[in-house]
Amino acid sequence: MITSPEIQGGLDTALLRRQFPILERQVKGKPLVYLDNAATTQKPQPVIDALVEYYSGYNANIHRGIHTLAEEATAAFERTRDTVKEFINSACREEIIFTRGATEGINLVAYTWGRQHIRAGDEIIVSTMEHHSNIVPWQILCEEKNAVLKVIPINENGELLMEDFEKLLTEKTRLVAMVHVSNALGTVNPVKEIIAKAHAVGAAVLVDGSQSAVHLDIDVQDLDCDFFVFSGHKVYGPTGSGAVYGKLSLLESMPVFHGGGEMIKEVRFEKSTWADLPYKYEAGTPNIADIIALKAALDFVTDTGKERIRQHENELLALATSALEQIPGVRIIGKAAEKVSVLSFVVDKVHPQDLGILLDNRGIAVRTGHHCAQPLMDFFGIPGTTRASFAMYNTKAEVEALAAGLEKAIKLLA
Amino acid sequence: MEQKSIAATEAEITDEFSLFDTWDEKYEYIIDLGKKLPVLDNRFKLDQNKVRGCQSTVWVVSEYKEGKVFYQADSDSVIVKGLISMLVRVLSGHTPDDIIAAKLEFIDRIGMTSHLAQTRANGLRAMVKQMKNDALAYQLKNSSEAS
Ligand SMILES: Cc1ncc(COP(=O)(O)O)c(C=O)c1O
Repeated sequence: MITSPEIQGGLDTALLRRQFPILERQVKGKPLVYLDNAATTQKPQPVIDALVEYYSGYNANIHRGIHTLAEEATAAFERTRDTVKEFINSACREEIIFTRGATEGINLVAYTWGRQHIRAGDEIIVSTMEHHSNIVPWQILCEEKNAVLKVIPINENGELLMEDFEKLLTEKTRLVAMVHVSNALGTVNPVKEIIAKAHAVGAAVLVDGSQSAVHLDIDVQDLDCDFFVFSGHKVYGPTGSGAVYGKLSLLESMPVFHGGGEMIKEVRFEKSTWADLPYKYEAGTPNIADIIALKAALDFVTDTGKERIRQHENELLALATSALEQIPGVRIIGKAAEKVSVLSFVVDKVHPQDLGILLDNRGIAVRTGHHCAQPLMDFFGIPGTTRASFAMYNTKAEVEALAAGLEKAIKLLA
Repeated sequence: MEQKSIAATEAEITDEFSLFDTWDEKYEYIIDLGKKLPVLDNRFKLDQNKVRGCQSTVWVVSEYKEGKVFYQADSDSVIVKGLISMLVRVLSGHTPDDIIAAKLEFIDRIGMTSHLAQTRANGLRAMVKQMKNDALAYQLKNSSEAS
């Protein structure tokens, strides 16, 4: 058998790419080179099929009908819960709450656990590299409760200063809300160590797994985090799907989030009672189709093999990093020792938006701007970066196209 | 030198763009225009002169002299600067009435609206709006002084 060079990383990207119909399209007359995977990943055929099959085969509202369609839909919906449980290795399915995504997940925790536990003078710790989604909900809470938001500083490579973190931890610390993997830099944070240290002072920890769920093996029991959130659309699943993991004891004792149908046991005008976990936090008709299709996405990742995917993505990252480092004027932002396949950079005298426009004109999709991490951009003293982020289906040829496109664009712009 | 009408300058730009076969060439030209547009003096780079685009910042300042509006503009993005230099070329030196009435169809004709991502096309519209607003302010000032 002749193996193509693409198979060397253990992943047959040619075969894999056939599973993603969108990768066949042209943009501006050129083959699409999709390098905006940290924003959202493309969807494989099984995910698209799952959506179509649901709507054309068994669309029904779940959990309350006794008819066949409702039962089929409910069963499929609940199967995703089992898959998510396995995917992040939680101890039981009741710990998995479906949300629209990470943002809703963080807000859920802020409005329930946060309102219950945060008091005046308490401290919440986040890091410099948080996504706005893991800053703003805590700011709102701190303002409401007169609590204090503290920020872990980072170094020039984009790594947390752990000694400073330890100094921030006090008996006043109630929560550490921490991004597992930075969307703007690719940095993998030592969350396990952070969790152990936070627990030592009695603080809870929320891990924002928006960027880690797709790249790393997640084991919430091993991490011992109190909460873990992620978005389905960044793990090859549909938009509008996501989950919060919470430790059972916390979820049981927390107040409810949204009130409405599904989340109740009994409703009386005098007083209502709440449904058991996990439904207590799932008010109203959920995003049934998207949650059902999320299972197909997670299965796809698991079947392809996270370790193989990671190896492949890391090869692309290494290749892209060394190619970009050779282009005069390019400065890579985020040089952590532990990184996933996210490559952020700035170019001397060139606005990221101009780079983005010229790359788009060659069919290359990258992200430009502050990546919803303005405090992080402020730290680096830049308004934004250009970011290429790689997924399982990207190829070395695409990395080369990026480097060539960049060189051309910079020649024009600088 | 006789001042060209807005429509004549629009036609001129449309002609220039018709020479290009590809967007590579169009961008090269736009970038060139952007590089040639003089840098705006820092004292004009004030918040009230800012047009908020998608990710880039644009400054537009205008001056009213002998019944005509003169624009100067700048941006941190050289492509945006090229775009706005075309707007300046078309609109600068005309009366508020003519500027307000300008249809600016050249933007469509050179393919800019269909090519630019929606957000950036909005940015372009925001620039046009700001320039026209300035003209409107001069027009209002005129009519109140006349009455
Ligand atoms: C690190 C991180 N946290 C949170 C989010 C928010 O995710 P969503 O917009 O899917 O809720 C993102 C998405 O960009 C992210 O990268």
